[in-house]
Amino acid sequence: MNEYTYPILIGVLVGTLFRIFMLKTDYRQYPTYLHGKIIHIALGFIAASLGAVAVPAIMEKEFTAVTFLTIAASQFREVRNMERNTLSEMDSFELVPRGKTYIEGIAIAFESRNYLVIFTSLLTTLAYLVFGIYVTVIVAVICFFLCQRLMSGSTIGQIVDIEHADVSFDGAGMYVDNIYIMNIGLPERQKEILKYGMGFILKPKSFDVRSTIANLGQRQAILHDVSVSLGVFRDSGTPALVPLIKRDLDDGRIGVFILPQDKDVEKAMKVISAVPVLENAIRMPSESKAHKKEGS
Amino acid sequence: MELNKAILATITTNSTKVMPGSPIFVCETKDEMDKVAANLEAILDGISHALSDEIYIIVRH
Repeated sequence: MNEYTYPILIGVLVGTLFRIFMLKTDYRQYPTYLHGKIIHIALGFIAASLGAVAVPAIMEKEFTAVTFLTIAASQFREVRNMERNTLSEMDSFELVPRGKTYIEGIAIAFESRNYLVIFTSLLTTLAYLVFGIYVTVIVAVICFFLCQRLMSGSTIGQIVDIEHADVSFDGAGMYVDNIYIMNIGLPERQKEILKYGMGFILKPKSFDVRSTIANLGQRQAILHDVSVSLGVFRDSGTPALVPLIKRDLDDGRIGVFILPQDKDVEKAMKVISAVPVLENAIRMPSESKAHKKEGS
Repeated sequence: MELNKAILATITTNSTKVMPGSPIFVCETKDEMDKVAANLEAILDGISHALSDEIYIIVRH
């Protein structure tokens, strides 16, 4: 026991607790129960330890200890690779795949959460050493809200208007509202699609959103999430029964065609609006210089 | 270059409108064509698309 024992313990404890709090297993069922969780809690503990030890090391004038943080950085980049590889491997066995953009988004989240843990531990240890336990609690609470804010991105519901639309056939062409989806030849398949299919139109609320929802990865993410939450009327060997999203080139609306097992319109709309907007799909054409000139 | 779309089979009731290139299945009636196409779709893991009332193609996407 020395003067740094409690500060480091507090830092490690708060950091690890934060990691556990950020590790939510929801409808995505990822990380998978128990084993996947243990990996991430263990890594969170390592991250917390690194963050907590950094401050005492500097106080003892061991400046080289900071190089440890670079090791941490490469370690957590490895976490991102690990997540990416596992998810990509599994993706080919999904009835409706997640898509590479979604996987990359998840992998980035895992990496960045470890950094959040490092910063939290670092700040709480620093607060304990400099100001004492009460300030530490305040710092931990501030970090908690900050993490919560940094963790949550926007959802599809915030950037588009969702409407229910009919699925119809014009000859062999399948349409959702007036957006062409695909060509289905067999009358038998057409009947199945009319019976089980559901259509939605997503109207972008602004010009920026058009390119975001046009992103193929974002569209795949919508299909994956809907299929996970509502089930999917599909099996291997029935490639015609595939949920698809196509775009109206005129106005940037997208037509979502899904084959849910639970045909509840309200629920489907809720699920679509809760789909996360993928970081990698966000585009801001309005921020470009050309647009700004036009505006001014 | 990798080909990721290919016509795996053609099913038709009018053999004058198709040329060899992919396997061609000539049928007598529309009903027979539907049945053959449904079978081929399941076997080949492709989607049957209607080009006209007389021609279906099975495409792997």
